[in-house]
Amino acid sequence: MNKAFIILKHEFWQTVKNRSFIILTLSLPVLAILGLGIYQGVHHWYHPGVPQQEKIGYVDYTGMFGNPTSEPGVQFILYTDEQTAKDALLAKDVKEYLVIPADYLSTGVITRYTMSREVAPSPKTTGQITDFLLSNLLAGEVSPQVLQRVETPVLLASFRLNEAGEIAPNQNVVASYVVPIVFALLFMISIFFASGFLFQSVTEEKETRVMEILLSSVSSRQLLVGKVLGLGIAGLLQVSVWLVTLEVFSRVASSIIPALSDLSIPVSLFGWGILYFILGYLLFAALYAGIGSIGATAREGQGWSTIFVLPAAVPYYFSYFIVTYPEGVVSRALTFFPITSPITSMIRLASGAISAWQIALSLIILAGSVVLTMWLAAKIFRVFLLMYGKRPALREIVRYIREA
Amino acid sequence: MERAELVERVKRAGKANAAMNVVEVSGISKSFKGVKVVDNVSFAIGQSEIFGMVGPNGAGKTTTLRMLMDIIKPDSGEIKILGEPINEEVKNRIGYLPEERGLYKKLTVSQSLSYLAALKNMKRRLARERAEELLKRVNMLPHKDKKTEELSHGMGQLIQFVATILHDPELVVFDEPFAALDPVNTQLLKELILELRSQGKSVILSTHMMNQVEELSDRILMINKGQAVLYGSLAEIKSRYRNNSVFLECDRLPDGLPGVVGSKAHGKYIEIFLDGRVSPQEILSALINKGVRVDRFEVSTPSLNEIFIQVVKEGR
Repeated sequence: MNKAFIILKHEFWQTVKNRSFIILTLSLPVLAILGLGIYQGVHHWYHPGVPQQEKIGYVDYTGMFGNPTSEPGVQFILYTDEQTAKDALLAKDVKEYLVIPADYLSTGVITRYTMSREVAPSPKTTGQITDFLLSNLLAGEVSPQVLQRVETPVLLASFRLNEAGEIAPNQNVVASYVVPIVFALLFMISIFFASGFLFQSVTEEKETRVMEILLSSVSSRQLLVGKVLGLGIAGLLQVSVWLVTLEVFSRVASSIIPALSDLSIPVSLFGWGILYFILGYLLFAALYAGIGSIGATAREGQGWSTIFVLPAAVPYYFSYFIVTYPEGVVSRALTFFPITSPITSMIRLASGAISAWQIALSLIILAGSVVLTMWLAAKIFRVFLLMYGKRPALREIVRYIREA
Repeated sequence: MERAELVERVKRAGKANAAMNVVEVSGISKSFKGVKVVDNVSFAIGQSEIFGMVGPNGAGKTTTLRMLMDIIKPDSGEIKILGEPINEEVKNRIGYLPEERGLYKKLTVSQSLSYLAALKNMKRRLARERAEELLKRVNMLPHKDKKTEELSHGMGQLIQFVATILHDPELVVFDEPFAALDPVNTQLLKELILELRSQGKSVILSTHMMNQVEELSDRILMINKGQAVLYGSLAEIKSRYRNNSVFLECDRLPDGLPGVVGSKAHGKYIEIFLDGRVSPQEILSALINKGVRVDRFEVSTPSLNEIFIQVVKEGR
């Protein structure tokens, strides 16, 4: 058996058996099931049958609201004086009552009494009161149709047109914003997690001094290849679990949650997702393996790795911006820059706004960077695996790479 | 040293040379940052011999061993192990206990051992059986399911030793094996090394502690500042550096002993210097003939330490 394969197997199983890996991998399916369960539960509890008619009492000193019209879902009850209204509230006959003063027309002030604790009246209550006042003030003055428009002046129906002038689908907020952002987050976590494991495994072997024992059995190249592939396959497994979860979730969710009815994850996302994951992972794996081999201890290498983690997270912070302006200069730059390209491209693919040539170019740049970094990492790896002295300066590292 | 044993050792060394050499190193050199760490070193190691590699710290021992193990490549020179340039198959037949050594903290003793054995292409089942056997031999069997981070430093050393010989290598390389070992485990390790030789293995023992090498080695290579300064059978080297004197403890020192050119009192015993033409044997019989009661008669052999100091002085 090839020794790189033995290392691959070892690293894969060590990762897959790791508790934090299992928890992280299963967290998404568990969250999805919980989310759907909670929705179902809430749905069930909130619709026990006929919606209850709410009652709001009022005392009118203007004489303009003597003949109340009924609003849907709420009944306004006229009381002759404030004491009766208060008694009705205390007896829970009404949920609140209003006092409309004689100078209402000139001031617009109405006093409201309620027994429930609240920061401000809910928009629903405010709307009901507003509609009640409007319909009574305008009754007889304007036609019922005008009255309706006064109450609800506009119901916006927006459509996006594509280049051919046809109506483009997918205007759903969840599908176009939430999905790409969730996707970017998961993608980022998985890439960092897998390459972080690689980093940890290299630094551990160096710190515990197992390294030289290993190197007497295998070459540094076999070690690097075995580790990168073993952890990569573990990461791929994780991403696959998540992709399947997302697919199943989106199907189930779109059938039971009306707001998500046209939620669909583009099929192309899966294929590209795997490809970008592999390349993105390889890039970070190479960077981390190189960095991990330089420091004598895990802590030493940690500082260095942050240098790459921070820029890699940039597209996530800008994800809203990338979704809103997919063809902006920043979005394009982040698509092509190798460290940010996997996550940026995934956001743009998820939101359905990236052209084929941009995908191609970003993949070519990314693949080229992977080859270059792997080559560098292999050199650094070989030179520094057995060096334990003080951390070398950047200039020394460059010199060693040249000599290697 | 008993003469018979000495003869035996010389014979064994000769026999080893006659058989195929397990290690053949010719003229290897290595420089780091322009400094020659190993400079044109050559040596050969035969079957079932313990080969001592000695020299002070920083002499180039570890670098030489790393080149043997193909961890670093020599700038020039040639290395052959088990008759061929080092390759993957040959690596599987070597056991190496580096000076910088450790174990996976989070793995159990068995897991660590089976992974390291797998990397030597050893079959899983065979590895497990042999691991049990060896762990038993070093009294570590009850700890086989413990994580290595739970073990003491000395216990860890024993596990590393087991890992080194688990795959039944033909050549075993120990770099400073006795460092930080307590006297009991040092003794155990010495026994195990001698056992390896009796099983026909070749052992390289690299250390700066000359007395350990002196006790175990058949032949030695002494390195100083990257260069080989002494190479050959230990017995032969010792007799070469013998300074022709005898330690004597007796009731009186008679006059007129043949070939004696001087003497020096060391308190309880006297050192007498010979002219080189008379053997110590003749002195002893002369003493007995003169009716002297001899309590101690010892042909003085210098320790490796003394030889080393002398060699370095001569070299200047």
